[in-house]
Parts: sequence; structure tokens; C-alpha cells
Amino acid sequence: MAEIVSLREAVASVVNDGDSVAFEGFTHLIPFAAAHEVIRQRRRDLTVIRLTPDVIFDQLIGAGCVRKLVFSWGGNPGVGSLHRFRDAVENDWPAPLELEEHSHAGMANRFAAGAANLPFAVLRGYVGTDLPGRTASIESITCPFTGERLTAVSALNPDVGVIHAQRADREGNVQLWGIVGVQKETVLASRRSLVTVEEIVDELEPLPGAIVLPHWVVTCVSEAPRGAHPSYAQGYYDRDNDAYRAWDPIARDRERFGQWLEEEIYAAQGAGA
Amino acid sequence: MSEFTADDFMTVAASRALRDGVTLFVGIGLPSTAANLARRTHAPNLVLIYESGCIGSKPSTLPLSIGDGELAVTADSVVSVPEIFNYWLQPGRIEVGFLGAAQIDRYANINTTVIGGDYDKPRVRLPGAGGAPEIASLCGEVIVVVRQSPRTFREKVDFVTSVGYGDGPGARERLGLSGRGPVKVITDLGVLEPDPQTCELTMTTLHEGVELEQAKEATGWDLKVAESIERTPPPTAEELSALRDLLDTQKARAA
Repeated sequence: MAEIVSLREAVASVVNDGDSVAFEGFTHLIPFAAAHEVIRQRRRDLTVIRLTPDVIFDQLIGAGCVRKLVFSWGGNPGVGSLHRFRDAVENDWPAPLELEEHSHAGMANRFAAGAANLPFAVLRGYVGTDLPGRTASIESITCPFTGERLTAVSALNPDVGVIHAQRADREGNVQLWGIVGVQKETVLASRRSLVTVEEIVDELEPLPGAIVLPHWVVTCVSEAPRGAHPSYAQGYYDRDNDAYRAWDPIARDRERFGQWLEEEIYAAQGAGA
Repeated sequence: MSEFTADDFMTVAASRALRDGVTLFVGIGLPSTAANLARRTHAPNLVLIYESGCIGSKPSTLPLSIGDGELAVTADSVVSVPEIFNYWLQPGRIEVGFLGAAQIDRYANINTTVIGGDYDKPRVRLPGAGGAPEIASLCGEVIVVVRQSPRTFREKVDFVTSVGYGDGPGARERLGLSGRGPVKVITDLGVLEPDPQTCELTMTTLHEGVELEQAKEATGWDLKVAESIERTPPPTAEELSALRDLLDTQKARAA
């Protein structure tokens, strides 16, 4: 049964120091407001999990919340590098960053296996690349029926799954649509979940193709209008491509990033506080 | 309108390589620009497929990311990320994969992971794999779009993120990769194609106005050259005008 609480209370109750936390949303519906609240509450030693780290993880890594990153593509889409991520890997700033690196296909299958309560997933992937030699959660496996060599990847079962959705009703049933990425799998694979939404409504109007996550698989729901900005929420607002471009010079410079952190995160109340 | 850059030439050459009606898995950046240019010129029925789960997108603006809203609202179908890889890419349903690269070797193996140093402490940490390893192994064939320079065209790549022809003839078969592999590498200087016997990338075409010496100097190994080299005709006024219009749609949205 989902509890509907403020974002501040939700983060305080479901995200602990040292947890593994998946923040999903593939380009669309990225849970920025929730990540900002995690930074504001100064969580430490997190293992953060996401196919595309994006600006959201650049911020968490730069703020010193992260010990380990599990991912498959760490760039600023269409813009260039994630400079805080690179600074952590290349220069150990602000702290060394452990990596567990995959491909998108592998990560998507790891979440699906976690949601299905299987220890691993099977796919045709990674063969001939240098990734299996670097990543312990990729192994070769033989099909028991055909003898074919395939690739196994271990399941992901994060302590916490965090996603953003368009809306929820007052019982905490959650509705999302558009590009849905691996959000359903993330919530079902995680021990606890936090869903931020654009709005809480009396009744969810049925929409073709929309996903509904029933309230009994969600731990906390928090209202956070524009909580996916600068990514987007289909039906509410567009992707703020300018903000993605503007992030580049901020993240390039440790001092400018520190100033951003003080002004935009620590001094701010945040959505739905 | 007749003025154009080497990058424009590369984008136009890449767009010409796409046959109308083909199903195409589109990578971010240059491949996406070239694919959208093709759809606006000679290949209006190109089926654009993005790893965000958008199948058959018909964007009226050039997307900045592979998951812009425009791609979803103009798609024939939007599926989840596990589904796009497992049900659509993995069975070999997608005819062409369109990829970029940070480094590429003579067998068209691609690195987008790390440059210099070692894996744990690289000189440059690149974004990593994304969808590329499986696009490179499972699409019917692959086209790579990349600027040609000694930094990019390496005797040996620092990390194999996506496999081309591995260590040479027979490697793809030994690894069990179902797709044919890279059939063209399109650069700002010309086009390279794998030799049918040795799989080694061979310069088969130079863009109009490019000297063979330039291509050799821009390659970090002893570049093989086809016996008779072809010339890519320069971009036409129509192609350049379509490219400008396409790039303007992105600027207009950013403004």
C-alpha cells in the first residue's frame, strides 16, 4: 500500500546511506527532483544504477553521494561528456568511483530478471567485446537444450527504485506513458520504491498504452510538479534541451559546479518539500 | 548554398548510403542527422528505430537525444527498453545499424569506452557502450559514420566496445555473431569497405576534392586502397538545402 508523503519525508524514509538505488527513466521522466532531494539530505556511499547516467548522475556523483556506478552509457545526450563523472573516474574527484559497466541490452535484461525473481537473464550480447573481461556480472553460459553459447547477466534487485510518472491517484496507483524505458521493471525489481508524479488526481483516466503500477507494489508516492525537468513529462512539458546544453560549462568547472550545488540544491527547498 | 564543410559531405554521403524503406537502428549524433536527412530527401519510407523504444519515428525536428518527445509522438509504436532489444533487435529484424565511433581499427572494431591509460584510470573516460555492442552484432549489416584522423583510425583500439570483424576472416562466425558486420565506414574524406577476403577496411571511395594522400595521413595504419577508386559526387543544392533546414529545426527548438 503506497504512502502519499512529501518528497522530503519519502527520501528520508526509503533511501539510506550505503543503499543501492536505481533512478530510472530513459531520456523521458528522469526523476531529477528526487535525486536533488537525495543530494540535499546528503546521502553517502550510494551504489547508483541507471542505463544512462545523464545529468542526474553527474549531479549525484559531483555532490559526493556515490561510491559505485552501475551503468551502460554515460554521456550528456547530444551535447558531450558528463564532466563530473569523468572527473571522478579520471581524477578521483570528489572521491574514487567504482564502475560496473554494461550495455543497454544487458542492463535492461538485468532489471527484467530482477522483476521476475530470477538470478540472471540470458541474451545474445557482449560476445567478442572487452566488457566481459571487466565486468563480473557478465558470464558465458551454455543452453541446456541446444548447447548454444549465450551470455548471462546477473539480476538487479536494488534496495530502492526511484522513478517519475505523470500522475497518481489518492490511493497511490501510478500511471505513466510515452517512452517508458525500464521503469516498470525497476519498481518491480526493487525492495522499496519511490515514485514522484506531476500531479495527484482523484481518478486515473484510462489511456491506451499507458502503464499502471498498482498502489500495492509502490512504497511511497510524492507530488513533485516538473520533477523530471530538464528531462520531460509527455503531456506536461517538453525536454529542456537548452538546460542540457547549459549544464556543460557548469559541470566542466569544479568551482562553478560547487556554486550550482549551493544555490540550486542546498539553499533551495525543492519540489514538494 | 554551394558552400559546404567536410562534415556536411560526410553527413550527405552517409544519408545516400541508406536505401528507401530499410529498417534502421539509429545511433545518437551524426548517424541520427544523416538518417533524418535521408528521410527528407531520397528515402521518405525509411523506418527509424531508436533504442528508447521508438519504432517508425517521423520527427519533423532533428532530435537532440534518442528519446526526445518528438520521436515518441511521431512513432508507429513505442515499446519498453527490454522489448526493443529483446523482441526487435535480437532476432535480427532490423536490417541496418547506424553507429558512430571514438576509435576504429582496420577490422572495424569500435571503441567508445576509454582512451589511454588503463581501464580503471583512463586518460579519457568516454560514455561507454549504450546499445552499440548488440546493434553491431545483431543488425543485418552495419554502417559506421566517423571523422577520419590518426587519433580515431588506430592500429589497435584501446578497448573493444563493439565488434566489427574481430581479428579478421572467420572471426564473426567463430563468435556466433548473426549480422554481417560493418559494410561501410563513411568519413569526412571518403568511404572504406571491408575487403571480401581479408575483411580489412579498404578505401574504395574518396569524396570529390579529397586527395588519396590526405586519407593515408588520416589513418593510423598502412591504409589499403582499392585498385580503382571511386569519387563521391559533392552534395547537391537540394541535399544541402535539406540539411540546413534539418539543422535549423534543432536551432529553432533550442531558441
